Order: sequence, then C-alpha cells, then structure tokens
Amino acid sequence: MEALDAYEQAGSDASYIAGGQSLVPALALRLQAPDVLIDIAHIPDLRGIELKGNWLRIGALTRHAEVLAHPLIRQHAPLYSDAAPHVAHPAIRNKGTLGGSIAHADPASEFPAMTLALGAELEIANRNGTRRVAADAFFVDLFQTAIEPGELLVAIHVPVVNANHRWAFHELARRRGDYALVGCGILADVIDGAIAQIRIVFFSVGNTPVRAAKAEHALIGRVIDADAIAAAQAAVIHDLDPPEDENVPPAMRRQLARVVLGRLLGDIARQAP
Amino acid sequence: MSDLVDVSLIVNGSEVSHRVPARTTLADFLRQTLELTGTHTGCEMGVCGACLVVLDGQVVHACLSFAVQASGSAVETVEGLTERAVIADLQEAFHQRNALQCGFCTPGMLMTAYSLLSQPGVPSREDIRDALSGNYCRCTGYEAIVDAIETTARNRAAGGDAAAREEIDA
Ligand SMILES: Cc1cc2nc3c(=O)[nH]c(=O)nc-3n(C[C@H](O)[C@H](O)[C@H](O)COP(=O)(O)OP(=O)(O)OC[C@H]3O[C@@H](n4cnc5c(N)ncnc54)[C@H](O)[C@@H]3O)c2cc1C
Ligand code: FES
Ligand code: FES
Repeated sequence: MEALDAYEQAGSDASYIAGGQSLVPALALRLQAPDVLIDIAHIPDLRGIELKGNWLRIGALTRHAEVLAHPLIRQHAPLYSDAAPHVAHPAIRNKGTLGGSIAHADPASEFPAMTLALGAELEIANRNGTRRVAADAFFVDLFQTAIEPGELLVAIHVPVVNANHRWAFHELARRRGDYALVGCGILADVIDGAIAQIRIVFFSVGNTPVRAAKAEHALIGRVIDADAIAAAQAAVIHDLDPPEDENVPPAMRRQLARVVLGRLLGDIARQAP
Repeated sequence: MSDLVDVSLIVNGSEVSHRVPARTTLADFLRQTLELTGTHTGCEMGVCGACLVVLDGQVVHACLSFAVQASGSAVETVEGLTERAVIADLQEAFHQRNALQCGFCTPGMLMTAYSLLSQPGVPSREDIRDALSGNYCRCTGYEAIVDAIETTARNRAAGGDAAAREEIDA
C-alpha cells in the first residue's frame, strides 16, 4: 500500500489520519505535532463490510455512523451496534472511524472494549504483509496497541454470534455522548440455560479495556439467578484496579462497575429462553 | 509543515480554488480565506459544535477537518442553507421562541437541527436533546432551542413541508 511507503519515506515523525476526530483535537491541543500527516481515508482495502463464513470483516475506515446503522453489524456483531449511540455525538460519528477508535485505544472508548468482548481479531499490515492479532493480545497499555509504528490497521474480523449467544451493553455517563464513567459489554454463550462461556469487558476503569476474569469465572456453568449475579458482583471488585482520579475515586468506579454488571447480567437472564 | 496545497471544492454551490497552508482547517478556510463567517469557531477541538457544516451531505465539524481533505467535496455552510431557504421555518421558530441571545452557538444549532429534521419521522424532545448533545450554548439554556426545533418538526409534519418547498422554489 502506498500509505505504508509514504510513512517509510517520512521517517518517524509521521502520523496516519483517518477520521481525524481524535488526532485533530490532539494537534489543536499541541499534544502531538507530527511533521507529516498521511491521509488514509481513501484507501479501498480499508473499506467495506462483508460476511466470510463465520467471520464478519469490517474495514477499518467504517465510520461510527455506519456501525450504528449497518444491518450486517447489527446481525453478526451486535455489541458494536449497541455501543454506537453512546460514542460521541452525531457529527463526530459521521467522520470518526471504527479502526481509528481501536487504533487510538482510548481506555474510555466503547469500541475497543466491544472488540475485546466480541473476541475479534485485528488485521494489521506492514510493508512485508499482513498478520492477525487476537483482541486479547492487542490492547497493550494506555493508548498502546499491537500496531507498531508505520503499521496500518486494515480490518476488524469478528466471529459472528450464534443462537446460543446472549449479549448486553451498558454505560454510565454524565451526559449522552460524554466518555463513560464506567461501561461494560458482555457476550455470553448460554447452553441449556447455563453459562458455557462468557466475556465481560469493562471500559473507563484502567489503562486498557479490562476483561473481568474473576467475575467471568464466578459465572461459568451457572444459571444466571440472583445468587450468581451477587457472586459475580463480589468477584468483579477484585478484577478492577481503577486509577486515582479526583472526580471519580477508585472506590466509586468499583461501585459503579458492580451496578453496571448487575444490570447487564439481569438483562442477559431475561434474554435466556 | 507550512507547505502550501491547492484546495478546490464546491462551497454553497460555487466552485472555489485556493492555495493555502496544508494544516489550514476547513473552519479557518471558510472563515478567513472565503470570509464566510457564519461558521463559528469556539473550542476548535470538536466539543462545542459552533463550527458544524454539511460536507457531502453529512454534518461534520469544520474544526476537525483540514481544508485539503475536503478537496473535491461539496460543503454547505449556514449561509448556503439560508440562501436556499431550507431552514427558513427553523430560523423563524428560533426567532419566535427567543432561542438565541448572543447567537454564537446558533449556526451550529441550526446545522444539527437541519440534519435531525432531514431524517424521517417526528423527533421526540428526547431525540432532540440527544442530537444536541454536541452543541454548547452558554447563554440561552437549551429549553427554548429544543422548543423551536420541536415546533418546526411538528409544523413540517402537519404539512408545513409544502410551504417550505414553495419557499425553495420561489
Ligand atoms: C468531542 C468529542 C467527543 C468524543 N466522544 C467519544 C466517546 O464518547 N467515545 C469514544 O469512543 N470516542 C469519542 N470520541 C473520539 C472519536 O470516537 C474518534 O473518532 C475516534 O476515537 C478516532 O477515530 P478517527 O477515525 O477519527 O481517528 P483519527 O483521529 O484519524 O486517528 C486517531 C489515531 O489512530 C491512528 N489511526 C487511525 N486509523 C488508523 C489505522 N487504520 N491504522 C493505524 N492507525 C490508525 C492515527 O494515526 C491516530 O494516532 C470523541 C471525540 C470528540 C472530538
Ligand atoms: S469549534 Fe469546532 S466544535 Fe468547537
Ligand atoms: S445564544 Fe449565546 S451561546 Fe447560545
């Protein structure tokens, strides 16, 4: 791809720009000052939404507004659709891209967390070819992902949900469109009424999207009833280590996480046949 | 960084071509190069909504795009919408309901309302508030703005559409 060569030529002080909805504010605030900006918004390989067997391929340039409205995403990767109305405001959703949000990896962002909850794989290109990285290995640290300098996120591959899956999304924010105080997405595989597998992913609680492994463990093999929900809520406290924050102290975030988890598991229990 | 680039686009129906520094935002291009000052700049970081314009049919922030990225596109500003009289009823409703004081936020409010009212159906007050979540007003408060948009939505649904269309034809 031409863009990969352009980056190579520009040396280290270059940055790709997709929708610009995170990058341009960062430039305006002088948080970043790259010499060269490489506009990737018109690369055809980074576009399109298509079903390939049991995987949905979503091009990195898919805009938030398309994520919100696209029937294939609604059907096969529904946590993205449920999260989309909470991502920023309408005008930002008209330009911001799914790939940009995931590459940026803001720990308060909805889409990176849903990428982890859906168990997606990220297709990354460099000048030698492409590779696929599982979401579990992709989010490395604050604003840091498995994408190396000069590499491009090409597409997001989502294993499609099936009839056994249940899912739910919820976030608490001061106003619609604001970054969440705490949010969470859950994808559960329910067989004969009991949880066979579950992915519980929180955002706005740490440096990356956080999988609540202890809460997940507390639910495996169980029917979601009041006891199971209480057990997961007790466990989730130990999954999260929120940062010090004057406005939202860690204890408050943990408490909000308990509340969000309780509501979501209640939702999922009601969905089970 | 101060490299000059050619920018050619359609603004409010007319072709324009200028050579500007590569990092000129679309907002600065409209306001300073073209002297179309209806598009306001408040925060210049996507938060206040004063700079909204229509870019290829979709409302976006002019402060979050570079002019060069809009090359080859069609942009419409609040001046364009006003000239085409497609928001005349909305502007009248803002006026009637005192939905502006200093007017700084108004172009952005009109853009958001224009976009919302272009969608099918009559939005609820909740829908209107949700759509306005990215528009700040520092003096009027939002109640009158929501009222004006709601009134316009209802009037259009009740057949005011025909009147608005006549105005465009005229
Ligand atoms: C006022 C405001 C409110 C917002 N609220 C929210 C919110 O509530 N929730 C939320 O999640 N987001 C929010 N956002 C951020 C928004 O969702 C951004 O659009 C998104 O995070 C970035 O996508 P983009 O395409 O605009 O990326 P850009 O800004 O173009 O790029 C962001 C970063 O990712 C890199 N990048 C982009 N695409 C690729 C790629 N394909 N491969 C490799 N690197 C790439 C760029 O180099 C850059 O470093 C908000 C933004 C604003 C201005
Ligand atoms: S100036 Fe663009 S959003 Fe405030
Ligand atoms: S009328 Fe003054 S900011 Fe809204």
